[in-house]
Amino acid sequence: MSPGSSHARHLAEAGRLANEIRLSVEQVSYAYSANPAQAPLFTLEATSFQARPGEIVAILGPNASGKSTLLKLIAGALAPLSGRILLNGFVTHSLTPRTRAQRIAVVQQESRLLFPARAWEFVLQGRHAHGRSLRFESEDDIIIAKNALAQVGAADLSDRWMDQISGGEKQRVILARALAQQPLLLLLDEPTLHLDIAAQIGLLDALRRLAAANRYTVVVVTHELNLAAEYADQVVLMQRGRCLRVGPPINIYQRELLEQVFQTPLTVELGSSGRPRVTVLAGTET
Amino acid sequence: MRPLTLRRLLLQCFALLVILFVVVVIAIKFGAVPVSLYALGRDLWNVLLHQRTNISSDYVLIIQNIRLPRILLGIMVGASLSVAGTSFQALLRNPLADPYVLGVSSGAGLGAILALIVEPHVTLSPVFAALLTPLGAFLGAAATVTVVYLLGRREGQIDSTTLLLGGVITASFISAIIMFLMSTLTGNLRGLSFWLMGDLSTPLQKSVYWFLGIGFLGASGAIYTTASDLNLLLAGEKEAMHLGVDVPRVRLVVYIAASLLTGLAVSVSGAIGYVGLIVPHVMRLIFGSDHRTLLPTAAIGGAIAVVFADTLARTVVAPNELAVGAVTAVVGAPLFIYLLRRRLA
Repeated sequence: MSPGSSHARHLAEAGRLANEIRLSVEQVSYAYSANPAQAPLFTLEATSFQARPGEIVAILGPNASGKSTLLKLIAGALAPLSGRILLNGFVTHSLTPRTRAQRIAVVQQESRLLFPARAWEFVLQGRHAHGRSLRFESEDDIIIAKNALAQVGAADLSDRWMDQISGGEKQRVILARALAQQPLLLLLDEPTLHLDIAAQIGLLDALRRLAAANRYTVVVVTHELNLAAEYADQVVLMQRGRCLRVGPPINIYQRELLEQVFQTPLTVELGSSGRPRVTVLAGTET
Repeated sequence: MRPLTLRRLLLQCFALLVILFVVVVIAIKFGAVPVSLYALGRDLWNVLLHQRTNISSDYVLIIQNIRLPRILLGIMVGASLSVAGTSFQALLRNPLADPYVLGVSSGAGLGAILALIVEPHVTLSPVFAALLTPLGAFLGAAATVTVVYLLGRREGQIDSTTLLLGGVITASFISAIIMFLMSTLTGNLRGLSFWLMGDLSTPLQKSVYWFLGIGFLGASGAIYTTASDLNLLLAGEKEAMHLGVDVPRVRLVVYIAASLLTGLAVSVSGAIGYVGLIVPHVMRLIFGSDHRTLLPTAAIGGAIAVVFADTLARTVVAPNELAVGAVTAVVGAPLFIYLLRRRLA
C-alpha cells in the first residue's frame, strides 16, 4: 500500500469521525485557587464525554458541583489543567476569540445592558464575529438575524426594547442572538433559572427543535432534574467537582444515586414519554 | 429592523457639521469687539480670492489672529474630551465616567506641570521640548486611569460607585499636589491657574495645532476601529468575549488612546470638565448608543459644545472673561447629579 493512499484513507477516516463526534471532552480537569501558593479552593476531577451533532447534553448537579466550570472549559474561556476539549478536532481554548465565537455560542443566565437596545440590535450582536473590520451589517446578517428571531418565535419582539420585555421573552431573544452566531456548539448556563414553567418548557421545546433542525450540539447546565430527563439525550451527573456518571437519562436516574447527589429523599418513576420522572418528597428540604 | 448604514452615519455627521459651522460663525461674530456678518462674509470672500489688500484690519487682527485660533483649539479640545469620555464610559462600563470626574484631567494637569518643571533642566531640541508637556499630560492621564481603575475594582468586578468615589478622591488629591507645586514654584510657572479651571485663551504656537490635530485623528481613529467591539463590551467582558471580542486588546487600545486624547486636551486647555459626560449623553438620546455612530457624533458634538461654551465665557461678563471650564461645569454638574439620582433610583 502506498503512503498516499494510506494518507487519503486516514483523511477519510478523520472526516467520518468528525462527522460523528463533534464535541469531545477528554480527561479534562481544572483547579481554581485564589493565589498560586495556596491549596486550590475548587477542583474539577478528570471528566470525559462526547457529543454528536443534534444531540442535547445536560450537565446536572447541585450547587458548587462544577457544572459551570465545566461549561466554561468547554466554551474555551478557561484552560484545562490537564486533558483537552476538541470541537471538530480543534482545541477550543486555543482558538482566537473571533473564531471561537463563529463556532461556539454561549447563553448566560442573564444579560445586563448599560444602555437600552432594541431586540434586533441585540440579535445582530451575534453577527459580530462574522463581520468585516468596521462591521456595518450586510443584507445576509439581517436575514440571519431575522431568521434567528423567527426560529425562537420572537419575530414580533424585533422592535421592542430589551428592558421592556418579560423574562421569558428576553431569554428567547438571547437565544436568538446565539443562533445568529450560526454555531456548531450551543452552550447554555441555567437558561431556565428565571423563567416560569410555561416559559421553561417553551424554551426547551425550541432547543430540541433547533438542535434537530440545525444539527447543533447543545450542552445545557441545569439543576432541573425533570427538564434534563425530558429533553437531554445524555446526562453528565456532577457532584463536588467529580463527574459521577455519563449516559442517557434512563441509566442515570436511579433513586439511590440521585438521593445521594442531591441530598434529598425522592422517587424515580417512568413517565408517559418513556423518560424518567423525579418527584422530590414533600416536607423535606431541597 | 434598521441597522446602521454608512449613508445614515454620514448624514448624521453632516447635520452636526452644519450646526458646528453655525456655532463657529456665531463665535466669530460675538466677542469684546462685535463684527457684522456682512463684513465677515466680505472679508472671507476676499481671503478666498487672495485679495489681501481688500481685507479689513479688523479681520486680520481679531478674526484671524485671535478668534479663529481659539475656535480651532476649542474644536479640537472639545472633540478630544468628548471622544475620551465616550471611550471611558464604555471601557469602565459606567455612564457617568468622564475624564474630569474620574480625575484623569487632574492627573494630566499634574503630568503637564511636572513636565514644565523638568523642561528647563534638560536640553532638548525645540521639537521635543514642545512635545514634553503633552507627553507629561498623557503619562499623568494614563497613570490616573490605572489608579482609579484599581480603586474601583472589588472582587474582580468594577463597582460603579466605588469607581466614581475613587475618581473624585484622586482628583482632589492631585489638585492638592498641583496647588502645592504652584505655591512653591510661582514665578517660573506663571498663568498655571488655568489648569485648574480650563481655559482656551492662551495663545499657542502654530506647530501645536498640527500636533493636536494629528494626535486627535490618530487616537480617535484607533478608538473607532474598536467601535463595534465597544458595543458588545457594554454587556460585560465575559459576554463580549463569547461574542468574539478580543477583550484585552480592545481594552489596551482604548485605554491608551483615550488617555492620549485627555492628555492632549489638558496640555493645551487645562481641565475643562463635564464635556465628556454631557455630550455623549445628548448624542445617545438623539442617535442611540451604537458606538459606530456615537464616537463621530460625540466628537462633532464636543466641538460644538466647547466652542459654544467658550463664546459664552468670552461674552457674558465682557470685557472680562470667564474660564470656559466654569461654563461647562455650571451645565455639567447638575446634569451629573440628575443622572446619578436616576441611576440610583
